[in-house]
Amino acid sequence: MTTTQQPKADGSTVMETGEDIGAMDTIRRGISHSPELKEGIRGTLLLAVLASVGQVIVPIAVQQTLDRGLNGADGPDVSYTVWMGVAAAVGILITSYASYAMTTRLFTTSERGLATLRIKAFRHVHDLPLLTQNTERRGALVSRVTSDVDQVSQFLVFGGLLFVVSVGQVLIATIVMLFYSWQLALVVWLCFAPLFLSLRFFQRKLSDAYSTVRRQVGLLLSAISEPVVGAAVVRSYAVEARTQARIDEAISAHQVASTRAQGFTAFSFSLGGVSAGLANAGVLIVGIWLGFAGDISAGEVLAFAFLVTLFVGPVQLGTQILTDAQNAIAGWRRVIGILDTPADLVDPGVDGEVLPRGPIDVRFEDVEFAYPGGPPVLREVTLAIDAGRRLAIVGATGSGKSTFAKLLTRLMDPSSGSVLLDGVDVRKISERSLRKSVVLVPQEGFLFDDTITANVRYGKLDASEAEILASAEELGLADWVAGLPHGLETKVGQRGESLSAGERQLVALLRAHLADPDLLVLDEATSAVDPALEMRIGRALERLMSGRTSVTIAHRLSTAEGADEVVVVDQGRVVQRGHHSVLRAEQGSVYAGLHTSWVAQQGQ
Amino acid sequence: MGDKRADGRGSTRAGFAVLAVAIRREPWIFTLSTLGSVLFGALTVADAWVLGWSTDNVVLPAFETGEVGAGSLVAILALFVGVAILRAVGIVARRLGAGIMQYRMQARTRRAVTRQYLSLPMEWHQRHPTGELLSNANSDVEAAWGPIAPLPMAVGTVAMMVIAVGQMFLADLVLALVGLLVFPAVIAVNVIYQNLAQGWMTRAQQLRAEVSEIAHESFDGAMVVKTLGREPEETARFAAKAEELRDVNIRVGRIRAAFDPALAALPGIGVLFVLAFGVSRVLSGAADAGDVVTVAYLLTIVSFPIRSIGWLLGEFPRSVVGYRRVRAVLDAAGEMPYGESPATGGRSGARLDVDGLGYRYVPDQPLLEDLTFSVEPGRTVALVGATASGKSTLTTLLTRLVDPDSGQVVVDGTDVRDLAPGQLAAMVSLVPQTAFLFDDTVRGNITLGADVGDADVWEALRIAQGDGFVAALPAGLDARLGERGTSLSGGQRQRISLARALVRRPRLLILDDATSAVDPEVEGRILAGLRSGLAAGDGADGSTLVVVAYRKATIALADEVLHLEGGRIADRGTHAELLARNPSYARLVNAYEQDPDHAGHPGHGGEEVRT
Repeated sequence: MTTTQQPKADGSTVMETGEDIGAMDTIRRGISHSPELKEGIRGTLLLAVLASVGQVIVPIAVQQTLDRGLNGADGPDVSYTVWMGVAAAVGILITSYASYAMTTRLFTTSERGLATLRIKAFRHVHDLPLLTQNTERRGALVSRVTSDVDQVSQFLVFGGLLFVVSVGQVLIATIVMLFYSWQLALVVWLCFAPLFLSLRFFQRKLSDAYSTVRRQVGLLLSAISEPVVGAAVVRSYAVEARTQARIDEAISAHQVASTRAQGFTAFSFSLGGVSAGLANAGVLIVGIWLGFAGDISAGEVLAFAFLVTLFVGPVQLGTQILTDAQNAIAGWRRVIGILDTPADLVDPGVDGEVLPRGPIDVRFEDVEFAYPGGPPVLREVTLAIDAGRRLAIVGATGSGKSTFAKLLTRLMDPSSGSVLLDGVDVRKISERSLRKSVVLVPQEGFLFDDTITANVRYGKLDASEAEILASAEELGLADWVAGLPHGLETKVGQRGESLSAGERQLVALLRAHLADPDLLVLDEATSAVDPALEMRIGRALERLMSGRTSVTIAHRLSTAEGADEVVVVDQGRVVQRGHHSVLRAEQGSVYAGLHTSWVAQQGQ
Repeated sequence: MGDKRADGRGSTRAGFAVLAVAIRREPWIFTLSTLGSVLFGALTVADAWVLGWSTDNVVLPAFETGEVGAGSLVAILALFVGVAILRAVGIVARRLGAGIMQYRMQARTRRAVTRQYLSLPMEWHQRHPTGELLSNANSDVEAAWGPIAPLPMAVGTVAMMVIAVGQMFLADLVLALVGLLVFPAVIAVNVIYQNLAQGWMTRAQQLRAEVSEIAHESFDGAMVVKTLGREPEETARFAAKAEELRDVNIRVGRIRAAFDPALAALPGIGVLFVLAFGVSRVLSGAADAGDVVTVAYLLTIVSFPIRSIGWLLGEFPRSVVGYRRVRAVLDAAGEMPYGESPATGGRSGARLDVDGLGYRYVPDQPLLEDLTFSVEPGRTVALVGATASGKSTLTTLLTRLVDPDSGQVVVDGTDVRDLAPGQLAAMVSLVPQTAFLFDDTVRGNITLGADVGDADVWEALRIAQGDGFVAALPAGLDARLGERGTSLSGGQRQRISLARALVRRPRLLILDDATSAVDPEVEGRILAGLRSGLAAGDGADGSTLVVVAYRKATIALADEVLHLEGGRIADRGTHAELLARNPSYARLVNAYEQDPDHAGHPGHGGEEVRT
């Protein structure tokens, strides 16, 4: 095999936190993930500039009216005042509309961009290998596609562009100040230098603080979701107090982290005011000194003092936006972190091979598998299953038999060796074709909070009700369906919990049957069903499996008895294979032992 | 709920009511942050005063005389910097105070909401998806207390506004009244805003919950999605909701986008009116130019408080919606009432009496009907029945995960509904069909925080046949199992779950097909261990055992078998008796042997294997 396909040595694919992505990098990459954010940005910027003009309309109008309308040379001039008022009102309307249009555009582009990001991240979670998905708790994953994304929105609407405008205003104020007096402009900049320099320090602190906050939100949701999902255990063991203590701990940790971040924000924001005070004093003092040298007049110094406020306003707004930005960036990072997590089980996509329909032959070639950092679970497995055969895999719990199912269905890739279907390495088969041809029915079949019909349609999207009923009939489940409160329209509850474990397995089987696979992998799929029904289903499955290949992982040897061939796994190795009757006769063998205890259980 | 949704004034009032809750809860920190805000406002004014003072007393004299004392320069520096530092203190007090208040309220509400999650009955949980509950505890709580952040600023600037308005009246009554027309306009804009925003905001929070629901469920079922290749369809399902949320957010954004500039523009337009009226009043001699200027200037000052109050009001619709959603959880009824009876003591088995028990999910379709049976202390009863015959439901009634519609469950003479909280769990342990493990260590999963020594944990694991694989884990009892115990196989999870029950030495143990994922050999050993382990209790008779079983080896443990059919006890007796007289029972339990396909295999039935 080629080295490029070698998975990482210790399979260290955990979900990326994104916390080591720099702030600018986050924004840059965030924008590239959501190209909508750039749409119409120039127009929006123009509107922002126009909107900011609005702030000076009223002061100018007041000043003009005073000078020329009220205190005009020939006494108060009514028509001038009225016209000035009308002009100013029009100005206010225009700039207000510009502000409305700008914010609307920002809301539109950012919500669109973030919806794209949310959906991409959601999809990527599903594209990640099972093992990687399991490295992050569900609650935390949910926070990444919900509240983390929400944090970014505020910043994009009320921050990003305003920051650009603020920087522009600072530059304009600086140019005007330079025009009046370069020396005083220098003084102002010197007074603000400590603020600008300390910004980096505070940004780092804030970045850490907000990263902690976002992480704590994830932990909080995990701490809440676990006991909610396991409510029955919490209830029946009366461990509410202990569970609440754990949740409270997460709540407090989030509170502490948020308060800490807020402290940094408040402190960093207040620094701007101190710099402004310094700058005002500096301008007056240096102004007097410059006045002595004859470089500047008293009026110019005072005018300059007003210019400083034009400089201070946007600087303070800018720092405020920067501090708030860290919260958004912390959330953004976590979403981008998902997208950065490599989907090591790469779908070859359009280049992938497409399996022909019809029974599949399966080969394991020197397959070894180990969980990340663990000892090998399967070793030196070389095995061929001819197309159309029914194979049973048996072995003690923990012998590695479920691993077979996961490798066959490419939930995991082998650490070494390869699994071939119809002679093609599973890693080279397109995901779509693989999922169409190979279906796994796991022991604990997860159901979605919907009707049985909706759940069964996960196997075949367009299955009609008649089709589903026919399928149930074929599997011998018609009586069961008829006995349900609302038949196929019965709601199964969250995770299918309104049904018993056995019934959930029945729905999962029905789903798999409708999916019409060429290779069916059953991992103890009927373990929770009553014996009579299990046998009935077993017989139905045997009929249905003609013309397909099936691999059944079973601990009830009744299943093994019906298989064409039995493979016995012990401690990660295949130790026996052959027909039930042959294996059973091998005195002292693993299979004979399993069979003895099975019989002992049944024979009373 | 919802009755005031379309009423803007109602929603403003509701918004203030939500804030009032927070202020009553945190009066001191609220006062502190408001004082900070007032300090900030006062010092902003002081800044202008310092500039004026410096101009009059230092700058102008210095330019006139050509000299300046060092003391004057120091005074300028000290005044400006002093004011700036005090103002910074005001900012920190205001912002940090508001933050502390906001996060305290969030934490308090989250504790209350999650307490409610833990105390509401299973029946409530079945109706509320996990994702929605996460959204209630996270996004809705955040929304509810959102207005706390702009609150101190708004309150602080009210003083500024009152002073400015007072001065306006002193300057010119008529012009002041003209200027004050701004206020009804502000109120009108606010009412329109609240009206428009409320409905969409309600929808947005609802959609947030739905997005969270889909995400949680879909990630929970990731394996099914993957194995059936349904990623595109799941993504489409999520995208549909995410896009709906996007569209609603854009609508909310449009409304917000109009509200902010409208509020900002109103005082400006007021100023223009004042000027226009002012000119005519000056002409008629009713006012002098100075008064007009004063009123106009004061009105521009008022624009700042109006804006900051606008930020507050802007948060109201979302806050009111979030608070209502949270309140709905907090007010949810149906909490299971507990009695005050203590658990009966002792270590020996408990007596179980079930009397006329009935339960249904859907009216007219009883799941269980008129079940009556008793289990003597130390005895074992097997519940046998086809899939969906009501066995699991019965186990949830026995452990009071749900209450029956009729009849009662009595343990040691006490109706389980009369027991004080936690008392039933002290006597009865249930091992459910599907093991649920926490993201914790093996030890934590077994003890669940109970004070149990490692020796007892190992003993419980030994009986559950889990000691071998746990010992083989690198960290042994300290090994973490991952969320839902994903690092273990189904059979291993069941054994941990069984050990969790055994370590408590329950006086009544209920096993709901708890060894279905365990292979027969191990199962045989577990059953043998249970038999001897339970009997080895202190008393003459060991724990009472109720076991849902399919396999004959398990059934054979029982002193009595109850055969359930369609939610009723169809027959009862010993296994042998039922086998002999009840053909449907025999068909059920003998299924593995009767399989016609394999009946022809030589030696079937195992008679020759056992050596």
